[in-house]
Amino acid sequence: MAEQKEIKFSEESLKVALSLMRRYPVGKQKSAMLPLLHLAQAEFDGWLSVPVMNYVASLLEIKPVEVYEVASFYSMFNLKPVGKCLLEVCHTSPCWLNGADELVQHLQKKLNIKVGETTADGMFSLKTVECLGSCGTAPMLQCGSKYYEKLTHDKMDELLDQFKQKGERPTYLDPLQ
Amino acid sequence: MARKILLVNDHIEGLANIDVYRRNGGYAAVEKALKTMTPDAVTEEVKKSGLRGRGGAGFPAGMKWSFLAKPPGVPRYLVCNADESEPGTFKDRYLMERNPHSLIEGMIVSSFALGARTSYIYIRGEYYYVLQILEKAIAEAYEVGLLGKNIMGTDFSLDLYVQPGGGAYICGEETGLIESLEGKRGNPRIKPPFPAVVGVWGCPTVVNNVETIAAVPHIVNMTGDEYAKIGIGRSTGTKLISASGHINKPGVYEIELGLPVEEFIYSDAYCGGISEGRSLKAVVAGGSSVPVLPAELILKTAAGEPRLMSYESLSDGGFATGTMLGSGGFIVYSETACMVRNLWNFSRFYHHESCGQCSPCREGTGWMEKILHNIESGHGKVTDLDLLVDICKKIEGNTICPLGDAAAWPVASHIRHFREEFEYHINNPEKVKDPRHCEKQPFVRKAQSNPA
Repeated sequence: MAEQKEIKFSEESLKVALSLMRRYPVGKQKSAMLPLLHLAQAEFDGWLSVPVMNYVASLLEIKPVEVYEVASFYSMFNLKPVGKCLLEVCHTSPCWLNGADELVQHLQKKLNIKVGETTADGMFSLKTVECLGSCGTAPMLQCGSKYYEKLTHDKMDELLDQFKQKGERPTYLDPLQ
Repeated sequence: MARKILLVNDHIEGLANIDVYRRNGGYAAVEKALKTMTPDAVTEEVKKSGLRGRGGAGFPAGMKWSFLAKPPGVPRYLVCNADESEPGTFKDRYLMERNPHSLIEGMIVSSFALGARTSYIYIRGEYYYVLQILEKAIAEAYEVGLLGKNIMGTDFSLDLYVQPGGGAYICGEETGLIESLEGKRGNPRIKPPFPAVVGVWGCPTVVNNVETIAAVPHIVNMTGDEYAKIGIGRSTGTKLISASGHINKPGVYEIELGLPVEEFIYSDAYCGGISEGRSLKAVVAGGSSVPVLPAELILKTAAGEPRLMSYESLSDGGFATGTMLGSGGFIVYSETACMVRNLWNFSRFYHHESCGQCSPCREGTGWMEKILHNIESGHGKVTDLDLLVDICKKIEGNTICPLGDAAAWPVASHIRHFREEFEYHINNPEKVKDPRHCEKQPFVRKAQSNPA
């Protein structure tokens, strides 16, 4: 059996997690579930494995199944590994009217993957999502915490190069610039 | 002259900073309310203002507040609904991003009125960067004693927290939101009991939209009577409209309720007309859930009156010839837009977002998406349209929460107003294979004869 790394938040994240749990009345710490899952996903390679969810359950002092049923309900939580850059392209009506379908096609061709797949080098995953509240600046995509709006195919290509050069995993918790 | 309230200081650089906000009159309402008014007097002003819930339902905010149960010894909560997920709506994001303190000020004054000592802003998870802006602003407010113990030296104390969602449209429904705030799946609750009696953690709770709460300080400052003079009839005040689609100037606009729709679409002060000089085909006026209207019915009511941007005027004619103001998500379609593909897009959204509790919604939204995809891709049958209408009827009113209605209304209205276009798709499968066929050869509707 492969050696399993112990799942544990860094000291800093643990401090954040505990302070998040104190935002709710005594005994209602389960309310911190979504903030903690975001924290966990950001810390543990962009997805929630069963051991990670079990760890969150132990912090919240609840049953693991209570975490699984929540993580599987919300679209932002990935229950399978994803590439370093998860490109989430909005394809709901206002974005569609402004070229979201063409943007997805362009990305599929450029990255040589289909929606739902990850590039062989593990750099990019492509996903279509429903309305992100960016209808006036369509088409757009989200990667990590940031919105990239009014995208043309040229701008998209530049963005892909930037992501590749950086080579990092942007997360929802990245601080503002 | 356009009246601005919520965005009156929108042009000011650095408004997200508390000093800049205060220098421009910010937090005056907190001082006025906490030092010179009773909680009931604040509620009374909100009632007098006629302010209606800006999230979509349009229910009078003051009345909603007055339903809040106040059993002794039980905490009460104010929760701000910042889950903005209605397709076509991005006004709350705009407001929170540029002017976070206006929401915080509204939360303080509203919590004071309701007797809440801890309040939450539930923001959709995708707006994580907006959450960071809010957290920063909240920290600033704590630092100067506008949050925390004994605000401004009064005996009113308040803690304010932000919580992110996880990506689920259904959490915009207030009981789904409460479930999610409790760390669960966002399955809406059966009502009654209403949140005003049994809300978050079983305690009395008021859930209000961002824009509603941000309007409260202005009402306190100018008085409810003055606010009620703005707007038209029972549509008092101003409304933020998110304009998107085929227009020259998409964006968020604050309008005084009562503005003619035609002016909103064609004036350079707002949408600036249809893009590429094309002609208007249809409008979804209040977010994807409200009925779509063809050009002639959005510009004028069935009786030939100019249609206005107000709760009453937009719903004039009922669902046969009218629609709703909803969340103010104003999506404009030019002649190049395929209404069949648009409806398939909407139905896919509702199928994706159905929480799955109620069978009519869980199954019905899936059937509708499949049937519409068939029609759009040239595999439709003549009987499909009646089948869709039948499914709508079986969803509407038969679910715990309004998502079922929200999924059915676009389907019913698209077929009601654009039936010929659907029939064209079914009868000409070869011609509609290209997803952009309407751009190349716009489908020209015949004049509206007899709306069903």
